[in-house]
Amino acid sequence: MADDDRADGDLDRLVIEQIPHLRRYARALVGRGDRADDLVQDCLERAWSRLGLWRRDGNMRAWLFTIMHNLNANAVRAAKRRPRHDSIDDALPHASTPATQEQRLELSALSNALRALPEEQRAVVLLVGLEQFRYDEVATVLDLPIGTVMSRLHRGRERLRRALAGEVAPVLRRVK
Amino acid sequence: MTTDPRPPISDNELHALADGRLDPVRAAEVERLLADRPDDQHRLGGYRRIDAGLHALYDSVLDEPVPDRLRRRPSVAWHRRGWARIVGGAVAALLLLGLGAAGGWYARDQRIAARQEQIAILQPAALAHRIYVAERRHPVEVRAEEEHLVRWLSSRLKIQLKTPELAAMGFKLMGGRLLPTERGSAAQFMYEDVQGRRVTLYIRSDLQGNRETAFRYVQDETGVGMFYWIDGAKGYAIAAQMPRDELIQIAQKVYDELEKAP
Repeated sequence: MADDDRADGDLDRLVIEQIPHLRRYARALVGRGDRADDLVQDCLERAWSRLGLWRRDGNMRAWLFTIMHNLNANAVRAAKRRPRHDSIDDALPHASTPATQEQRLELSALSNALRALPEEQRAVVLLVGLEQFRYDEVATVLDLPIGTVMSRLHRGRERLRRALAGEVAPVLRRVK
Repeated sequence: MTTDPRPPISDNELHALADGRLDPVRAAEVERLLADRPDDQHRLGGYRRIDAGLHALYDSVLDEPVPDRLRRRPSVAWHRRGWARIVGGAVAALLLLGLGAAGGWYARDQRIAARQEQIAILQPAALAHRIYVAERRHPVEVRAEEEHLVRWLSSRLKIQLKTPELAAMGFKLMGGRLLPTERGSAAQFMYEDVQGRRVTLYIRSDLQGNRETAFRYVQDETGVGMFYWIDGAKGYAIAAQMPRDELIQIAQKVYDELEKAP
């Protein structure tokens, strides 16, 4: 029993240390802070209740993100008929580092372009670029073939890149 | 346009390079090739700037204090107790129900309701397990070989059932049987391995309260362990006399197969 309790404590810690990462991903994925934390809360509740099912040799991080992805996919389906009410203000987080005017413009362009991406591309771009999952882990989390992961990554990044190029080019010209 | 004579860099390789996922030998090669491919260089720079931008936008979340509502861990204090104590506790809880309602103890009512649902799966599954695993001549009502087994039990429970494949753990489906509940029917499937150890899967589909709850484990004094969970009106329990670590493998497999069912 004591061993069991210790093992459970270790498991709890594995979950708890992922909370900031789940929050960061959720914020980038759904935009608004309160909705993002709702998603994280749902994800944690499910994870706590299913923790007994987690394989001890498994990848806790991928497991938690998988739960979150499934919950969000359900929520997105459910919200399809409700009107969107994301505003740009909601979508714009506070930048982590003090930025120059040019950087602020670029970040705001990136944030807008990210919101405009199809959800399926946004998820891949964020899991790879922000959360630094390996491609095969992303395939597991999203339950997709790796080829689909790569093509969504490519399409997503290309759209973001073109959006940034459009915004940033005049800035670069002005700097020179 | 004539064919480009330069060795190709695929889109995938360019992304892998940006993400540091390309093997070092090829990465060095691609870096060399990029020297006379300004367009690809430009794209690579673009991808890197996107990722840097994402971190600039969202890394601050990592440093925010985690809100209290995300730190609360649901209580699991009683999930490892024996069945006898849980069932005993439930009887006490049921007695309290009247008092609770009268006193307006809403939270307690909620807890009691949750526990009632757990009892509704735990108790009958445990009972059916004990009775039928001990049967030598008639452990099952309909044998696995009879193809109407799943169809028959599905129609009685009014849900589409399936029998998980446990061959990887050495267990073979023996068959199943129909069981009564207070409101309708339940099903029990039984599996056996070459040593004659038996596992039962109990399923009922008539639970009330429509909650989705904890995957829980209990073990009685004789070493019979059970994992059980509730998903809306459906309740599942996997029971066998084996160590928790072994039973969890089976429970995991059953859960995966049942949850992935359409």
